[in-house]
Amino acid sequence: MKSIILTQTTKFLTPAFVILSLFITYRGHNLPGGGFIGGLMLSTAFALLAVSDGVEKARHALRVSPEFLIAAGLCIALISGLPALLGDDAFMKSLWLPEFSLPLLGKIHLGTPIVFDIGVFMTVAGFTLKVFFSLCREEEN
Amino acid sequence: MTENLLILPILIPLACAVFCIFLRNQSRVQNGIAILGGGGLCLAAALIVKAVIDRQILVLDVGAWGAPWGIVLVADYLTAAMLAVSSVVALASVIYAIHTISDTEKKLYYVPLINFLMMGVNGAFLTGDLFNLYVWFEVMLIASFVLMILQGKRSQLEAGFKYVTINIFSSFIFLAGIGILYGKTGTLNMAHIAVAIEQSENAEFINSTIVLLLVAFGIKSAIFPLFFWLPASYHTLPGPVAALFAGLLTKVGVYSFMRTFTLFFGDKVEFFASLLLILGILTMVTGVFGAASKYDSNKILSFHIISQIGYIVVAMALFTEFALAAALFYTVHHILVKSNLFLVADIFNRRFGTSDLKKMGSLYKTAPFLALLFAIPAMSLGGIPPFSGFWAKLTVIWAAVEAEQLFAAVCAVLVGILTLYSMVKIWAEVFWKAKEDSGPSIQSQKTHLTQYVASIILALSTLWISFHPQPLFDFSNQAAKQLSEPSKYIETVLDQSTKEDRHETHD
Repeated sequence: MKSIILTQTTKFLTPAFVILSLFITYRGHNLPGGGFIGGLMLSTAFALLAVSDGVEKARHALRVSPEFLIAAGLCIALISGLPALLGDDAFMKSLWLPEFSLPLLGKIHLGTPIVFDIGVFMTVAGFTLKVFFSLCREEEN
Repeated sequence: MTENLLILPILIPLACAVFCIFLRNQSRVQNGIAILGGGGLCLAAALIVKAVIDRQILVLDVGAWGAPWGIVLVADYLTAAMLAVSSVVALASVIYAIHTISDTEKKLYYVPLINFLMMGVNGAFLTGDLFNLYVWFEVMLIASFVLMILQGKRSQLEAGFKYVTINIFSSFIFLAGIGILYGKTGTLNMAHIAVAIEQSENAEFINSTIVLLLVAFGIKSAIFPLFFWLPASYHTLPGPVAALFAGLLTKVGVYSFMRTFTLFFGDKVEFFASLLLILGILTMVTGVFGAASKYDSNKILSFHIISQIGYIVVAMALFTEFALAAALFYTVHHILVKSNLFLVADIFNRRFGTSDLKKMGSLYKTAPFLALLFAIPAMSLGGIPPFSGFWAKLTVIWAAVEAEQLFAAVCAVLVGILTLYSMVKIWAEVFWKAKEDSGPSIQSQKTHLTQYVASIILALSTLWISFHPQPLFDFSNQAAKQLSEPSKYIETVLDQSTKEDRHETHD
């Protein structure tokens, strides 16, 4: 089913969802949000695209395969635990860079937990999209 | 920090799984990574065993969050023994899989799934947090669901459905048990729960959680009357997966029994110990009778998992220090032997293209070495001296006699004889009997050197235990000592956190 209204709105909504998902992921350390919710939001963006323009289009727009997202996400999450080992600390102990300020974003506080969150973000998005795309293809067939 | 060693049995499989997802289409590279991973696991387990011998109990506060709040990984003698033996089985399984699992299945993420499974199993052995134990169970189960149906055969889908349903049910019950414990004690850390239960006199609360955990772990470890899912599903599995499942999955349930019942309930389990003893005897007996009635190599072996679990449960239910040592010794012996039997059975099933014993025969003439490979674990399972099974059964029976449970001891002896009968049956049907030429000829598959290597690794481990049972028994004794005096465990886990707190405030 093609709907002009849906296609047109998706054009605006997809980028908005992507940006929002990144923001929510970043926000997650001290406020509601985080990698899991962010990942779900990102997958909403591409799921919407799959519904309005078809799965192939959505896959193309994603550029990498969902499987790759899952694996890369797990890899990043794993790596986030390693820096603590170098400092002879317990695995996954959070390490932080000194705080600094940027225009628009305000105070920036970067550390290993955000790396872990990015890993979760990618894994969740990859998994959800894998399931969604598979279901869509089944319906098309 | 030596404690960081404890993360290795979880990290190594995870890293292997991730690499293999990236290299989905290169099955040769995947094989290499899998073997490296298996070897790495063995090495990590050996280091942990050494560290535990040096320092008794190791505690890692993951993320440097101390015990009652953060999640801790704990290794004591019991954990170290389970890690060591499971890593050997994992190595054998991945070596066996090299030429057994087709490239199509490897493209469907066979190697990553095996690694995720190992991650779940090792995580369950290591964790010191009850909810975390549930999470590792789920990791393990989800990987095992997919592995079960990977070949997509009709029988596998049917078996997979039963397996998924019953295991999800068991997870719900386990979760309910955790929920009640958390509601009453306000903590999920196992050592902390143990402290709270020790101070509690509320019998209803304790009994309800014991029952929920008993049912949940009972389903996982396939004790009577909750075992029916196991013989309904295991015989459809491909060889290396069956070996891994048979060796490890039910034993994770047994491990959870040992850990929680000794730690949480200690002397409060008198009633449940006698219940567990009866269940253990029934498990032994029904399992062995089920096996005696079957004429399919995989089904016979599946039923024998159950009867052997019975021995472990009986030993555990006696709750003396010696009996706990016997239970651990039995578990280690059983994991090695059972996995090996499934591997050898898979080799001869492949040769005949069937697992039906009636269609096999006279293999001794063409493959005497295979007969030897089968004889080692089979005689060990049957309890023939000097094989490891003899020592294992001897200690369990001895423990039963010492605890004045003569009925259990007599049952254990009789079940041992029936086990031997089953093994002799397989031996006679597969290796001795003259093969009948009637019936349609069945496609036999080639066997490979790697399959023999995998089996030899496990056979050598069994032989090592057979001729040097003392080191393993001393180790089990130490484990039993720790289990029967949980105060040391509790102290070490909780102390770690207070130390961390002090450390933080000094900063």
